[in-house]
Amino acid sequence: MSKVRVLVGTRKGGFILTSDGQRKRWDISGPHFAGWEIYHMKGSAVDPNRLYASQSSSWFGQIIQRSDDGGKTWHQPGTPPGDPTTTPDGSPKGESNKFVYDTSAKTGKPLLTHQWYDGTQHPWEFKRVWHLEPSLTDPDMVYAGVEDAALFRTSDGGKTWHELAGLRGHGTGPKWAPGAGGMCLHTILLDPNNPGRIYIAISAAGAFRSDDGGKTWQPINRGLKSNYIPDPNAEVGHCVHRIAMHPARPDVLYMQKHWDVMRSDNAGQSWDEVSGNLPTDFGFPIEVHAHEPETVYIVPIKSDAEHYPLEGKLRVYRSRTGGNEWEALTKGLPQRDCYVNILRDAMAVDKLDSCGIYFGTTGGQVYASSNGGDSWEAIVHDLPPVFSVEVQTLK
Amino acid sequence: MIRVILPSHLRTLAHIESEVTFDVKGQPTQRTVLDALELRYPMLAGTIRDHVTQKRRPFLRFFACEEDLSLEPPDAPLPDAVVSGQEPFLIVGAVAGG
Repeated sequence: MSKVRVLVGTRKGGFILTSDGQRKRWDISGPHFAGWEIYHMKGSAVDPNRLYASQSSSWFGQIIQRSDDGGKTWHQPGTPPGDPTTTPDGSPKGESNKFVYDTSAKTGKPLLTHQWYDGTQHPWEFKRVWHLEPSLTDPDMVYAGVEDAALFRTSDGGKTWHELAGLRGHGTGPKWAPGAGGMCLHTILLDPNNPGRIYIAISAAGAFRSDDGGKTWQPINRGLKSNYIPDPNAEVGHCVHRIAMHPARPDVLYMQKHWDVMRSDNAGQSWDEVSGNLPTDFGFPIEVHAHEPETVYIVPIKSDAEHYPLEGKLRVYRSRTGGNEWEALTKGLPQRDCYVNILRDAMAVDKLDSCGIYFGTTGGQVYASSNGGDSWEAIVHDLPPVFSVEVQTLK
Repeated sequence: MIRVILPSHLRTLAHIESEVTFDVKGQPTQRTVLDALELRYPMLAGTIRDHVTQKRRPFLRFFACEEDLSLEPPDAPLPDAVVSGQEPFLIVGAVAGG
């Protein structure tokens, strides 16, 4: 019988929720890494018990944790205790928590600074890992999206990480600027039909695509319009909040931008707005139904200045037409006095026959629907503020 | 023998429950003590000092003998009482209160 495992990253630790295919009763383990910020946890598609977690703190920096048993035990995959922390030539070894920007002579020169809030140039400074995306074919390979925005990759199960510097170095890097949450690379999508194709998104730079496994990149922001930047149609500078893809149609992308819900039918070459009848099109997460590529879910909030649901009513919006026509889903969700937010990485779907939708709130609830969004219930009520939600469907 | 007391989160990370004791080759300084600490507990690399610059992370402080040593040069000798093991070298998370 199928099982579901929900990985929840919060401001004060990670939690793992498990249930059988009925999704009625949930066991909760955690907090894992208590007291630390867990921006993201995600499992490997080819080895579901291989989990990776991004653990960070303003005091102690970035830690990468790995589990090989579905979250029962965790370890840092770097240098074992007692082993030298330097190579024979005296250079520091690559510990698992070491994310160092590529400043090599060949690629480093154009990568030194990006745009700061006041328009001046500012040095790139590593803050944390926002998102971990395991390879679709290799449990030891993982991509990491970090703040300040860059893409790293490990091919040894998290022991060492190396920047894919072609992203920052392709030319527009000095024009990237931080959004209110920092300059973060928060979205990584791997094309299941094309091993070389990777999509990423940065707030506030926009969306980018590589067709050669991350060596070279191009901005894919044509059609985006952002009235809060000097040139609303600029090549980069757009605050993309999230992109989603259905694996059966990887050329179709859905985007929740700062304002506007967008759609691309040509792998990001151009975008069209599909906000349609939404009461507000500001929001963070966006997800696609596991079995219906034209069914899309978002959680609109009031505005960029007021990060909570319109009228205090928590409503998921569903489109069954790939955008433009949206319906409010409210059954089981609070419809008064609700002022939580749903962050960009805090929504996910399972792959059971009746697709489950999950999202976590800054109020510490994780809501789930086992019927495609028709009705909802909180499967946990009182966690710390939820940063991220990922779902594994297990045999 | 040098005694080092770590903040709670780093003790958890290093799987230790109380203070750490070890010997340091040569003159004990902030740098040599932290080098020795990271050799024994590689999972702490990067959590106290930046990986590249080797500078103290800004939200951490170094105390010993009721003195704040945070701004001392990393190669300055540590106080005799720390070198003899009479007093511990404390790594403390900066707390603003409230």
